[in-house]
Amino acid sequence: MDFNDSPEEAAFRIEVRTWLEANAPKKVDTKKMSEPEILKLAKAWQATKAEARFTCMTWPEALGGRGATPIQNVIYNQEESKFDVPRGFFDIGLGMCVPTVMAFANDETKQRFVAPAVRGEEIWCQLFSEPSAGSDVAGLRTRAVKDGDDWVINGQKVWTSGAHYCDFGILLVRTNPDVPKHKGLTMFWIDMKAPGVEVRPIHQMSGGSNFNEVYFTDLRINDSQRLGAVGDGWKVALVTLMNERLAVGGSTGPNYAEIMALARSTVTEDGNALANDAFREKLADWYVQAEGLKLTRFRTMTALSRGQTPGPESSIGKIISANQLQDLSNSAMELEDQFGIITDTAIAPMEAAFQQSLMWAPGLRIAGGTDEILKNIIAERVLGLPGDVRVDKDVAFKDMPTGR
Amino acid sequence: MNFDYSDDQKFLKNEARKFLDGNCTSAHVRKVLDNADLSYDADLWKGVGAQGWLGAAIPEEHGGLGLGRVELCAIAEELGRACAPIPFASTVYFLAEALMLAGSDAQKAKWLPKIAAGELIGAFATSEGPGVVNAANLQANVVGGKLTGVKIPVTDGDIADLAVVLANEGGKPGLFLVELAGAGVTRETLKTLDPTRSVAKISFSGAAAERLGDAGEGFALTEAVFDRAAVLLAFEQLGGSDRCLEMAKDYAMDRYAFGRTIAGYQAIKHKLADMYVKNELARSNAYFGAWALNVGAAELPIAAAAARVASSEAFWFASKENVQTHGGMGFTWAVDCHLYYRRSRQLALVAGAPKVWKERLVQQLERRNAA
Repeated sequence: MDFNDSPEEAAFRIEVRTWLEANAPKKVDTKKMSEPEILKLAKAWQATKAEARFTCMTWPEALGGRGATPIQNVIYNQEESKFDVPRGFFDIGLGMCVPTVMAFANDETKQRFVAPAVRGEEIWCQLFSEPSAGSDVAGLRTRAVKDGDDWVINGQKVWTSGAHYCDFGILLVRTNPDVPKHKGLTMFWIDMKAPGVEVRPIHQMSGGSNFNEVYFTDLRINDSQRLGAVGDGWKVALVTLMNERLAVGGSTGPNYAEIMALARSTVTEDGNALANDAFREKLADWYVQAEGLKLTRFRTMTALSRGQTPGPESSIGKIISANQLQDLSNSAMELEDQFGIITDTAIAPMEAAFQQSLMWAPGLRIAGGTDEILKNIIAERVLGLPGDVRVDKDVAFKDMPTGR
Repeated sequence: MNFDYSDDQKFLKNEARKFLDGNCTSAHVRKVLDNADLSYDADLWKGVGAQGWLGAAIPEEHGGLGLGRVELCAIAEELGRACAPIPFASTVYFLAEALMLAGSDAQKAKWLPKIAAGELIGAFATSEGPGVVNAANLQANVVGGKLTGVKIPVTDGDIADLAVVLANEGGKPGLFLVELAGAGVTRETLKTLDPTRSVAKISFSGAAAERLGDAGEGFALTEAVFDRAAVLLAFEQLGGSDRCLEMAKDYAMDRYAFGRTIAGYQAIKHKLADMYVKNELARSNAYFGAWALNVGAAELPIAAAAARVASSEAFWFASKENVQTHGGMGFTWAVDCHLYYRRSRQLALVAGAPKVWKERLVQQLERRNAA
């Protein structure tokens, strides 16, 4: 066991680091900037990366990549994470949507869309979840009806990240309600600025608005915007979801180091809170979990560098990190005692980072697969346990019982 | 990046599993469990010695195989999986590691070849009663090379030939080598939660004792030996908790209730997924411990603590939920669940309880922060 790069990996890491040092934008305080201002910086950085082929690295050269190995991609991400560059705007588009377009669109469509997306000129979103179809996304209701060479779309999507700044999206809709739910779906690409598309921000329990609802009212699109065959939408969607980027790195909020600092500077009934036995036990548990996750990623990297494909076992990451964030944030507030209720960033310790993460953590436990769905994935796809009894497999969608 | 066993290590591990599949079945474990007069499986012990495992990490100049600690970890994982009823940990993780850490050239030359050859069983004796032994309550005392005091519990103390004993000498704590067959040693086998691992009370009254390591370093050396043992024990725990997950899965797949296999119920699936998550986090922490132990990294104390905390938690959870998954059958003597439930407690306590290790971990974090 060792943590060293192979000679080739080490050489690539130096190449990446050298390039980043020469090209990464200077650190900017984005706290006081508006989202459009930050987006402008992000687009500029994406264009620089695309020019040097440090984005979409595993794609073929003809599509803007460099035919890199997954481990090279991880090495780039590790090195880039040491720089304070704008990130997050292109992950869903380039990680999930555009690969779907690449897999199912005709050459003309690919020619039109791939290059601008790689350069960050056009951003894509994924329109799958609906108010009545979350974990059970195949239960979606947004309806597309054929009208000559066109399709007319009505319905509503929800939890669409970035819909308000996205240019295009991939849209999963129901084209046939008379067959069982998985068989009546079809995928399309759409122009987010087209008439009939309305984006409304969702006011989250955390106070912010990172996601949107997207309403479709008689949106008319041509059949040439279809991705895959009519009725094959579920198969296409699985390709999208399989392309979900391997999560490497990814700190989501304050961790054991921050709460340790808080404890050191907080006075409790028996002195410094860091001297409290109960707190120290929890601190040890958080450290062991966080280190365990970090080291599990190293094991994934080992599999990658041996040419293996990591499987669904990476699902454990979010279960642990989201729950720890919630638990740790709550403990931090309790450490602050009565003061813990204060969220004023000018007054609360660490600019209220713990209070904010307490309000964000519930979302993290749900987004991208709830705790419960992730445990099902581990049980079924890693451990090989049988799927649940299904009452919806052979029932026409229109005959399925519905609640809220 | 290579954060996994190498192909050679995997081969060794696989060979170990094959050997134990034949020589350490549940029947072998139960022979020791069910016979109060039997402290270990002597045939298995001989077999393990013949495989060379006892000297796996002992240098060739002292009769060992001179492999790395990672190879020893691979063997430990398989021993834990098989719930092996032998004094392997006491002899290899504690005694041999203590000798390699603190022994003089003469001490190493005298004892390590005997360990490697399977001619000697070891023990490590620190505890004197409930709670943690410390400078204020340590009673065992050496005067003029003669040890007096009582050590309880001493794992494998009833069958060991040579013990490392923590005791004061001239007011300074030290470690001492004591040959247990000599005069002034009285031993009594104790009843414990895990009868597949033997435990004794040893009373010393003027037993010959030879210092191991420097005077005054008794507690520091004990911690250093525990750091090494903790990593190796973590792999036994990992082997045990992975086995519990397998048992729970196999049983659930074959058990039918309400017209279908219980493995399809989310209550069972989520329980098993929780086991898997804990086992994987423990494995990653244990691997880091193996790396730190193998290269003698400065991170060893924190890596060992994290490995011990994670593996103790994983094995406890897996062993108790394995019983639960088996339902009423899991509560019977006949089904093997309780072997692991017992062993999980034995392994969690033998090098100090997880609570103590959590405290040590936080102290390491504080040190790192101060640096």
